[in-house]
Amino acid sequence: MGKLNLSAARAVLAGSLVQNKARSALSVLAIALGVALGYAVSLITGAAVNELALGVQFLAGDADLQVRGPRGGFDQALYPQLARLPEVAVASPVVEADAKLSDRDDVLKIIGIDVFRAGAVQPGLIAESGDRLDHLRSDTLFLSPAAAQSLGVDRGGTLAFQAGLRIVTLRVAGLVPADVQQRFAVMDIAGVQSNFDRLGRISRIDLRLRPGVDIETVRARIQAQLPAGIAVRRPETGIAASESLSRSYRVNLNVLALVALFTGGLLVFSTQALAVVRRRSQLALLRVLGMTRRELASLLVLEGAIVGVVGSALGLASGFILAQIAVRIIGADLGAGYFRGVAPALPLAPVSLAIFFGLGVLIAMLASLVPALEAARAAPAAALKAGDEERAFGRLSPSWPGFATIGAGAISALVPPVAGLPLFGYIAIALMLIGTLMLMPRIAVMLLAALPLPSGAPPRLALLQLRGAPGQVAVSLAAIVAAVSLMVSMAIMVASFRISLDAWLERVLPADLYVRAGAAGDTAYLGADDQARLAALPGVRRAEFQREQQLLLDPARPRIVLLARSIDAVNLSRQLQLVSGPVAVAPGAPPPAWVNEAMVDLYGFVPGKVVELPIAGQPIPFTVAGVWRDYARPQGAVVIERERYIALTGDRSATGGALWLAAGANAEELGQAITRDIPGGARLELAAPGEIREISLRAFDRTFAVTYALELAAVVIGLFGLSSSFGALVLSRRREFGMLRHIGMTRRQIGAMLATEGLTISAIGLVAGFGLGWLISLVLIQVVNRQSFHWGMELHVPWSALAGSAVVVLALSTVTALASGRQAMSRRAVLAVKEDW
Amino acid sequence: MLVVQGLTKSYAGPRPRAVFADVDLELSPGDYVAVMGESGVGKSTLLNLIAGLDSPDRGSIRLGDVELTTLDDDALTALRRERFGFVFQAFHVLPYLSVARNVALPLSLLGIAAPETDARVTSVLAGVGLDGRGESMPRELSGGELQRVAIARALVHGPQLVLADEPTGNLDAETASQVLRLLREQIKTKGAAGILVTHSHAAAQTCDRILQLTPTGLRPAPSS
Repeated sequence: MGKLNLSAARAVLAGSLVQNKARSALSVLAIALGVALGYAVSLITGAAVNELALGVQFLAGDADLQVRGPRGGFDQALYPQLARLPEVAVASPVVEADAKLSDRDDVLKIIGIDVFRAGAVQPGLIAESGDRLDHLRSDTLFLSPAAAQSLGVDRGGTLAFQAGLRIVTLRVAGLVPADVQQRFAVMDIAGVQSNFDRLGRISRIDLRLRPGVDIETVRARIQAQLPAGIAVRRPETGIAASESLSRSYRVNLNVLALVALFTGGLLVFSTQALAVVRRRSQLALLRVLGMTRRELASLLVLEGAIVGVVGSALGLASGFILAQIAVRIIGADLGAGYFRGVAPALPLAPVSLAIFFGLGVLIAMLASLVPALEAARAAPAAALKAGDEERAFGRLSPSWPGFATIGAGAISALVPPVAGLPLFGYIAIALMLIGTLMLMPRIAVMLLAALPLPSGAPPRLALLQLRGAPGQVAVSLAAIVAAVSLMVSMAIMVASFRISLDAWLERVLPADLYVRAGAAGDTAYLGADDQARLAALPGVRRAEFQREQQLLLDPARPRIVLLARSIDAVNLSRQLQLVSGPVAVAPGAPPPAWVNEAMVDLYGFVPGKVVELPIAGQPIPFTVAGVWRDYARPQGAVVIERERYIALTGDRSATGGALWLAAGANAEELGQAITRDIPGGARLELAAPGEIREISLRAFDRTFAVTYALELAAVVIGLFGLSSSFGALVLSRRREFGMLRHIGMTRRQIGAMLATEGLTISAIGLVAGFGLGWLISLVLIQVVNRQSFHWGMELHVPWSALAGSAVVVLALSTVTALASGRQAMSRRAVLAVKEDW
Repeated sequence: MLVVQGLTKSYAGPRPRAVFADVDLELSPGDYVAVMGESGVGKSTLLNLIAGLDSPDRGSIRLGDVELTTLDDDALTALRRERFGFVFQAFHVLPYLSVARNVALPLSLLGIAAPETDARVTSVLAGVGLDGRGESMPRELSGGELQRVAIARALVHGPQLVLADEPTGNLDAETASQVLRLLREQIKTKGAAGILVTHSHAAAQTCDRILQLTPTGLRPAPSS
């Protein structure tokens, strides 16, 4: 670039960025907010998952292979068989129990090890102790530093746990020198087995193979010998499985955070497009003076890059602080309950840092590219003339690219998930959004033409102005349409989800009182005697008990949940919310099992199919007799008859029960009787259906709190966008307002005209945003949710909430338009008629 | 009809500047005067003061029976709407309105009913030689035609006073001559008074009188 062009370039840059400080600042803020949210969410979820992986690695130690089965464990007779294999150097048996702390609603993972074996495989689990026998005692345990800190106990202190309905008190003998942030405890394997009723059962066998053997060959050989439901895998497969449980949630949250950045990009687009139009004649002059098209386009993209660099830097700093605050206030799972017991430190994460910095700059540059290309393409002679502005938007007018993009979006919505993630669902949403934005000039023309011309001069002029400049209307609306459509789609999805969840809870909670041995963990249960005592209480008319187990069907996935419960085949729909089936099981066919929607998606358990479930180490065939809706177990769940489960396993214990009151009895008195008459009854958790519903819906709202926050951020950015666009439009029309003031239009009338324009533009934005939002909500419900979490829901549109939001957005954008138009009413605007046209 | 007496204007601020002092001017219906002067002498400021768009430091401006310096912004705006017409150098024709709608703007602000508006617009467009061009958009018009639209807009509501600030500054000589002829003709036909601010002697020659604005007042130009 020559010297002349260089100084001209500086002038143009200065003109846009410095002279329009407020709009430049808004663009920077929008990018900063998007980058901050994206970086913070990625930092938090990334750190939590990383911590989880470190924890799994730490617990696996130097193991080459791990043998795992149901969560309840498997027969320890398998251990000597594997230990004797010639390829195995050391085998270390492990019992894991998520033990419920008796005095609080919390669990602690207790890892039972054979200290002599573990020393060779998981040396990190061996704690320093003054008394070496503490490693072998059945009443002592060692805490990880994170556990000691969060539970507030140290060496010499005690912790009380619930086993069944009993209390088990264990002494803290020391700390495990673990440099991971996970909470866990280590004790002797026999101690865990005896204290938590797991005699003869183990959860895992960690194997260290002899040097030189091929791990995969040995793995395949061992797998062939294992009973059903037990699998041998490399430790890293375990990391993938534990990550996969929260992956969809994390990815969805990250995508939602990126939407804020995308909306910020649209704000930059609107601002740049209008700034380029405002400087159209100046830019044409640069072309006349000898600046090439490429130089001009590069210059304008450079403006975007500057906004991107400043915004990204600001966003990264704020995102880091935001992440620290969010983890402290709502936890590493951002309220969703996926990373209990994980307290990650949040490092700067250089890769995330680079990605989000690059993303912020890239989006700002891309947002500037379209206006830059348009400015470079404009014929200088025409662009120098007044009234050429709308021509700058002419390229947005053809409608076929918009329809084609929306069509491509619709096709993308039909593509199945990729690696368990709804990638094409997200692409579908992006394409629908971009397609609609491309169609906005047409939509604006259509809607504006449908409006009758008002009789009053100011609103009449306002409408005529908008009709004459649909391209400018469309550009101004980009950010607000994106934000409103996001708000509407999320509102519809969340309302559909909440109402469906509420209906589901009503269906699955038919009894008068529910009893649970422990809300969390797997050490609390109701023995057969406890169940009999509960059923025999005077206020109880009917009692049903349920046993929850976790089975391993695929080592690469989290365990599925097996629910063994009383089934009333005649009134099945009262117990399960069936969405498919029921299928009658043919005589002689395997017994029925009812699966949730996730089982259909993840394992192909379709109605009528005969499937095998590993129960008590045996592959037991079942016929899938129906599919039920389930909002609690996205990893998959199967219901079987409890009598059959008992016959197969001999396990008569239950994890929970449902009680129906006898005539004249009331729940409160029954609760008192349970506490008084059942041994350990005070440790039972009792809840009426209403309470469970309330707790569940509260948990739901907590999970979506972050979603609402991200949604709000996008709407705020959208309003910023409208304000910025409107300000730019008003600035570009100063001479028009000056002329109108000359010929007798009062300030109030100019204000009314601007308010009408603001109201009309926002109304168009709302109409387009609502239509697009509804479309996106269908993709969210039918594709993204279904593919991410494997649950379906009925569509419910929250009309009143949406109407309220529409009124608020309309009011805010009208006020925004008026505020942005203040300078149109100033004396300087009157004098602007003398400025060069 | 227009009586300006002792009009004085200066600008405050970090570098205060006296623009002019003791300007007197009297116009009767049908009078058409040119105001000339060096750049920066305050010709446009004088027009802004007369139009009530700026306030003087001293002096009085009477239009008919109304003293402008005592009116508030709303009253001045209402007065401008009824009794003034403006023609600008840069035309200021709204690009999103048709020619007819541009011309009808003052009538629309006055709340004149549609049939009467249509009749007046048709008539004034015919008067400026744009018969049948009412539905054209500004982008379809030449500079000369755009200024004709601006003249039509300035006269459509029958103003008492037309203020024209360098109306031919953006036009070639031949078109300028046509526009000036038209402006004079229309002002005279409608019985209005007119003030033409210009640098051009040729343009000024189309007026009845030529006045020279100086820092100390408005005087007849030496050659007039």
